[in-house]
Amino acid sequence: MDGQEQLETEKIEVTLFLEAVHLKYGYDFRDYSRAHIKRRLIRRVKLMNLSDITRLTSLVLYDPEVFRQVLSDFSINVTEMFRHPRFFRDLRTEIVPILRTYPSFTIWHAGCSTGEEVISTAILLEEEGLLERAKIYATDMNGAVIEVAKEGIYPAQDIKKWTKNYHESGGRKSFSDYFVVNYDYAILNQRVLKKITYLEHNLVTDGRFIDADLILCRNVLIYFNKALQNRALDLFRDSLLPGGFLGIGSKEDIRFSSVGDAFENAVNCQKIYKKKIEEIR
Amino acid sequence: MNKQLIVIGASAGGISALKTVLSGIGDFSKLPIAIVLHIMEKESELPKLFQNFIEIRVKEAEDKETIQTGHIYFAPPGYHLLVEEEGTFALSTEAKVNYSRPSIDLLFETAAEAYTDRLVGILLTGANEDGARGMKRIEELGGTVIVQNPETAYCHSMPKAAMEMVPKCRVMDLEAIEEYIAGLAKGR
Repeated sequence: MDGQEQLETEKIEVTLFLEAVHLKYGYDFRDYSRAHIKRRLIRRVKLMNLSDITRLTSLVLYDPEVFRQVLSDFSINVTEMFRHPRFFRDLRTEIVPILRTYPSFTIWHAGCSTGEEVISTAILLEEEGLLERAKIYATDMNGAVIEVAKEGIYPAQDIKKWTKNYHESGGRKSFSDYFVVNYDYAILNQRVLKKITYLEHNLVTDGRFIDADLILCRNVLIYFNKALQNRALDLFRDSLLPGGFLGIGSKEDIRFSSVGDAFENAVNCQKIYKKKIEEIR
Repeated sequence: MNKQLIVIGASAGGISALKTVLSGIGDFSKLPIAIVLHIMEKESELPKLFQNFIEIRVKEAEDKETIQTGHIYFAPPGYHLLVEEEGTFALSTEAKVNYSRPSIDLLFETAAEAYTDRLVGILLTGANEDGARGMKRIEELGGTVIVQNPETAYCHSMPKAAMEMVPKCRVMDLEAIEEYIAGLAKGR
């Protein structure tokens, strides 16, 4: 079989794999970026020393452990505290003053992975004296990463980078105030951890579950195709209260999406949008 | 979807090398060009920098953007740049590949699968081994593979690694690559 013929065959294999996973486990990756999915599958095939994706399909059907592995492959869990400090600076200087005027407010962090970014938000609110007023929900489709997030224990090797991010984002205290560093691990302050409710939720198949004042979903949409991006954005629009805010990744965009008209740029923010308040006629 | 695509990868010494190889393009190009240049910056000034002396449009590649003729695209810093089968870009924040994000291999491998024998891969100067596997994939799928002559490259390890992996690649000096790209742009 020459290269191009094999490529055509692999396309069929990927389609069959995704159908199998959907039918067996209910997780639907059919509208994920195919280049991304294919890459992750080929990597898994190589790691397991298999000859092709079809072998992986039969393994995944009979072994839930293989499925859990693939689920982790598909969800990119590369993250850090105060990732893209500019975003958290915008959140602190532009959005926090508005939240401050509310007696209580709800935040949904979608695609939270192991929790680093939602912790960043919680720390920020703590410093602004608003953590007690906040209800924070953090969700991910992958139960395994949620279990890690609930522990609140992180490898200490990244503390230096996080501290730098924290200060660049406008953090005023010492970042180490929020962690007990124990040899190789940094253990998150329980006060911060307890304020976060972690839940399993899948943006592809699950629906609205709260009314939120602020939704954060960063670097998740890039793994979806246009149709699925629109589905997730529709869900965010419907879950946000009028005047609520949506924060997305630095290279993500809602201008040309199905919700482009429902949002406007939040003042002075790079990647935070405000849900328009509809005029009552 | 466009018929053809040029992908270029460069690392150490890459800005200067890219300036040379792109300088032959006039005010028109029949082919889109997608570039990964390893750079430490957080905010990319590359499109602006290159737009200063290039007549056709130079921009940062955006998520789900359709690849268009007459455009030069740079991978955004901190993101991998992937090409989808239907001729659009996708971005990814997955772990670094060859200590790099963006990684040349990722762009080359996904572009090879989308454009097969209609892809031209060009690998320039660099001090690591990123791009070699991507070049191999381009060759496997019938695309054209061109490596900057390591003898005259600012850093020879990246071109050399690619030559080892793809012995049948074409080895050219920067000026010859410039002429080659200019020829493709004009549709020769």
